[in-house]
Amino acid sequence: MSTPAISDLSPPLLAPGTTRARSTAAAWLALRRDLKLAFRKPAQLVQPLAFFALVTLIFPLAISPELSQLRQVAPGALWAGALLASLLALEFLFRDDAQDGTLEQYVLSGQSLTALIFAKTCAHWLLTGVPLALVTPAAALALGATLDSVPGVLAAVVLGTVTLSLLGAIGAALTLNLKRSSALLSLLTLPLALPVLIFGARAVQQAIAGGSYLAPLEFLAALAVLSVTLAPLAAAAAVRISLE
Amino acid sequence: MPTTQLEVENLHLWRAERHVLRAVSFRLAAGQCLKVTGVNGAGKTTLLRAVAGLAYAEEGTVRWCGQDVRRDLRTFHAAMIYLGHEPALKADLTARENLRYWIGTRNRFAESELDAALARTGANSIADRPVRTLSAGQRRRAALAGVILSGAPLWLLDEPATNLDTAGQALVGSLIAEHVGRGGLVMAVVHHELPGLVTATQLELAA
Repeated sequence: MSTPAISDLSPPLLAPGTTRARSTAAAWLALRRDLKLAFRKPAQLVQPLAFFALVTLIFPLAISPELSQLRQVAPGALWAGALLASLLALEFLFRDDAQDGTLEQYVLSGQSLTALIFAKTCAHWLLTGVPLALVTPAAALALGATLDSVPGVLAAVVLGTVTLSLLGAIGAALTLNLKRSSALLSLLTLPLALPVLIFGARAVQQAIAGGSYLAPLEFLAALAVLSVTLAPLAAAAAVRISLE
Repeated sequence: MPTTQLEVENLHLWRAERHVLRAVSFRLAAGQCLKVTGVNGAGKTTLLRAVAGLAYAEEGTVRWCGQDVRRDLRTFHAAMIYLGHEPALKADLTARENLRYWIGTRNRFAESELDAALARTGANSIADRPVRTLSAGQRRRAALAGVILSGAPLWLLDEPATNLDTAGQALVGSLIAEHVGRGGLVMAVVHHELPGLVTATQLELAA
């Protein structure tokens, strides 16, 4: 018997002339698609921001318009607001894609689902985390922080929202096929987000007091690195389970 | 010697207490079409999803080119395209943008190929309209253009002719016939006879 030719052993998997897209190209496309969709529906973007602005506005009314008092509660108020606003935005992360079958097609695309989910989460962070981080210094100033604290506040919220988006992606993926999942989503995500809240509030507190905020910031950065490495894997596995 | 073929052996799947798939076996070789029929609730869609790897079958194997697909799902997925009940199109994007993103995550193609695929399914006139303004049949045509554009040898189609007019149903029949003629493989869940599909082998699922 003659040995079979290599072409017989591995039959062409795609029609002639078709080449598979690279994983990075696919992830880039997934990111651009979500950005484009978001800008066609801007109302969804404004909602969490308006919520955040309202929460931080309520504090002066509820506590006292005295700046020295506000300055003390500012870190807590800002981070509680940021945490709740990013939870609010999480619901949109996978919901539409799960309903119209896009998520299914991602699973069946022959690309790394982890990379695609990571791209989606990046888009989500760009659309919710970054605007939130840009609004926070303004809210901090309104709560009596000085101009010197702005870099610290900005850095803390940028790093913190990275972790919040990625942790939230796991929760959002796990609660995909549940009806009225938002309460469960908060229950799942909030405990995991507590380290971000603690170190974030500490960094903002130090920045407002004029001290060195480097140590809590480094913890926030470490949390962000940890979640960038592990959260996409967990979220991709959760998406697979949810689609069963 | 492994050849381009799909082998499904002894597939069992339970949904809670219900035994949906009971020892389903079939073989689909290059240039063949398998028509899956059965009454509502017989598990046709479930079978399609189990073959695609979207639903987990408790027992049995799915082999693509002689290899258990569970060992390398990504290679298998790159070789197949699945079209479900819902065409996976975003309402806020145009049909053309949708295909660019959907198929673009799978494989590379030139803009001219995209145009050709849209023209083949009669969707070129509506390609630049947002999908939300399209009728269900027009959406189906746009999704079918995506199936052509994917260049995948294995097509898994769930009621591909739903919402289509008579001409559209004939189109689906001839698309499948063409694909099979090129040596492609098609597994389709169908309720009605599709013109051009008479040569297909039939797999009837009992309720």
